[in-house]
Amino acid sequence: MDWHAIFSQSLQQGLGPVAAVYCLAAIGLNVHFGYTGLLNFGQAGFMAVGGYAVSSFVATWGLSFWLGCLVGLGAAAVLALLLGVPTLRLRADYLAIVTIAAAEIIRQTIGSVTLLKLFGGQDGLQGFNQSFASLNPFSGRIGIPGVVSWRPYDFWTLLVCWGMAGLCCLMVWALMRSPWGRVLKSIREDEDAVRSLGKNVYAYKMQSLVIGGLIGGLAGIMSALQHSAINPSFFATDTTFFAYTVLLVGGAARVLGPVAGTIIFWFLLSFLDLTFGAATSGANPTLPEAIMNSNQASLMRFIFMGLALMLLMIFRPQGIFGDRRELALDAR
Amino acid sequence: MHARSRSISALLVGLVATVLTMTGSAANAAPVSHAGESACQKPAPRNDDTIHIQGCLTDLREKPPKPVPDVKFTVEDDQGKAVGEGTSNASGVFDIALGKSIDVLGNTYTVKLDKKSLPEGAALRNPKQVALKVTPKLSSDVYVTFPIGDAPAASAGKFTQGLQLAVGGLVFSLLLAMAALGLSMIFGTTGLTNFAHGELITFGALIAYGVDALPGTITIGGTNVTIAVSIIVAAIASAAFGWVNDRALWRPLRHRGTGLIAMMVVSIGLSIFLRNVYQYLAGASTHQYSQFSSPRPYTLGPILVTPKDIFIVVFSTVILVLVVIALQRTKLGKATRAVADNTALSAATGINVDRVISVVWIVGGMLAGLSGVLLGMTQGFDYQLGFKILLLVFAAVVLGGLGTAWGAIVGALVIGLFVEVSTLFIPAELKFVGALVVLIVVLLIRPQGLLGKAQRVG
Repeated sequence: MDWHAIFSQSLQQGLGPVAAVYCLAAIGLNVHFGYTGLLNFGQAGFMAVGGYAVSSFVATWGLSFWLGCLVGLGAAAVLALLLGVPTLRLRADYLAIVTIAAAEIIRQTIGSVTLLKLFGGQDGLQGFNQSFASLNPFSGRIGIPGVVSWRPYDFWTLLVCWGMAGLCCLMVWALMRSPWGRVLKSIREDEDAVRSLGKNVYAYKMQSLVIGGLIGGLAGIMSALQHSAINPSFFATDTTFFAYTVLLVGGAARVLGPVAGTIIFWFLLSFLDLTFGAATSGANPTLPEAIMNSNQASLMRFIFMGLALMLLMIFRPQGIFGDRRELALDAR
Repeated sequence: MHARSRSISALLVGLVATVLTMTGSAANAAPVSHAGESACQKPAPRNDDTIHIQGCLTDLREKPPKPVPDVKFTVEDDQGKAVGEGTSNASGVFDIALGKSIDVLGNTYTVKLDKKSLPEGAALRNPKQVALKVTPKLSSDVYVTFPIGDAPAASAGKFTQGLQLAVGGLVFSLLLAMAALGLSMIFGTTGLTNFAHGELITFGALIAYGVDALPGTITIGGTNVTIAVSIIVAAIASAAFGWVNDRALWRPLRHRGTGLIAMMVVSIGLSIFLRNVYQYLAGASTHQYSQFSSPRPYTLGPILVTPKDIFIVVFSTVILVLVVIALQRTKLGKATRAVADNTALSAATGINVDRVISVVWIVGGMLAGLSGVLLGMTQGFDYQLGFKILLLVFAAVVLGGLGTAWGAIVGALVIGLFVEVSTLFIPAELKFVGALVVLIVVLLIRPQGLLGKAQRVG
């Protein structure tokens, strides 16, 4: 096995644009789940709304890309309001079920043949990213020679994504050390106590849902730009679960948790994929065909991921960098 | 202890007896053999690197199904350019080469059937489905089907159509109800929102498929009972699987005092883990059981009912009634409701809470597994069978009221019927969306569900 190639490709994935998109999504979830204790299982829905607003704005209606970005973020905020109104007064598991259902509603509606003209059905939309691509100052492959390298457009999206992630982290850090952020954290710990102090818990939760949703919408926009295309399969339920794993690996309620989490998560995911891929390929594979073929090898990473998510939540719910005392993680 | 094991064994015996009698009678009523397969001679597998689109046209009105020759097909790529055409031969088989797999993989092709070339009197069962989209993902041939039979009377009134859809809805909702009852009982006694419940459903379907795919058939007195045996084996295996779930994972977590949200996330991990293990074992393709492949429907007034539908409706009703009676009447059932009501208090009165929860998982696993087998019988199944309907199961449970047994059943009936009948008014591809919208609207108006007690849930 070529360990050097496996390591360098895994590192490339861990630092790459996909990891950066998931970092953004996980930062949004961090605001919801890590700081406020809101169990949003529909982050993929926020991403879909953001991404599709931009791409349909340009590809379907031929309007300005930048206006589309604003509308995408606005749409994500509206979705947060729509979801929050019925559910924020209810128990945590209700929010979980409603958000996961809403994300599926959005994905299936967008992918339907009925709306084919607007959103391109299952094939999605392409060719909406010229405005963004034309700003790309890079050419030729970029990276550290011999270790990692990206194509110029990938490097450009990667840079923008990580830049946005950095800004979002800064914003979360500033918000969470403010009095407002302290109220959020106390809502997570004991909602009734906060209510008894005369705070409007509902309003605070709603604000948190909107802010996290906006960051989710941003992740959706970047996801569409990064692929130069968009289709409903980007926003399946598993996308949300991946973002949760990213968040929990790094440590919820930590400003830089999602950043560390996404690098580790995508590095390991890609490492497992390449290792098992290499072990089952070739004329005389390391693992015999009877035990594992190459299709099965590509599943091993998800099997490990599911296992890791369970074990992490059981034995180290604070993730790698989290603080167990801060995060009680219990249903109310 | 004795009362408990007696009631369990009574339940199991009842279950086994019903399966045997039901499948026996259904099989007698419609002796569907493997005729559907023998009419279609699949082309011999080629050993080259090209991908073909293949299919077999049979007239399902005939018994055994009669091949339909001389039907023209065209294949277009996603730009609408024709890339191949073919005609079904004397045995109804058509075979259209697409090209080297490397150029074909991942592209989307549309297979179109030329309606004019169908023989006089024959029509597609679904007249709108003259074109099928396929996306070759593996470097093997793609097999498409165009069921041919009587065209459903397009001129039939909305009422008749609604009635016909309601039959499908009833079948679906009873299957949903079995899964939902298990989920609701588990939620009621442990508070766990189990996102891995869908995988319990798939487990049943997979086990039954495993038994069904064993070489040879199982016969009792000349009747082929392979599918009946598969159902029983799947029910027992799923019950054991539910027990293992609780014993190996959830009970230790409860004893550690893990929070409910943490357990919810653990269940997501479990769901991802199991789903991929299933795909590892069973592959990504859709499987069908050998029996019940194309039963001939009975005409009942203006609507058509297949023996399979009747079997599923009666069988699942019997199971549901048995479980609900057990909950209401037996000592164990009362203990279960007591635990659901107040765990600490029931422990204080001497109920062995862990044992009750074990039984709930056993029954819940069995119900989910059975619903998986029967779902697989109606529509075929793949490794995602349970995951795809998980949200509908949740919708049913929430609609009826989280944690109530009758509520789960009523909720499932409403959701299942709504899903099917709503296709009268909305496109079929959006039918799940409609059900999920109902879920959200119900939460908005009546968060405790239809049958839940009005109480503060926030």
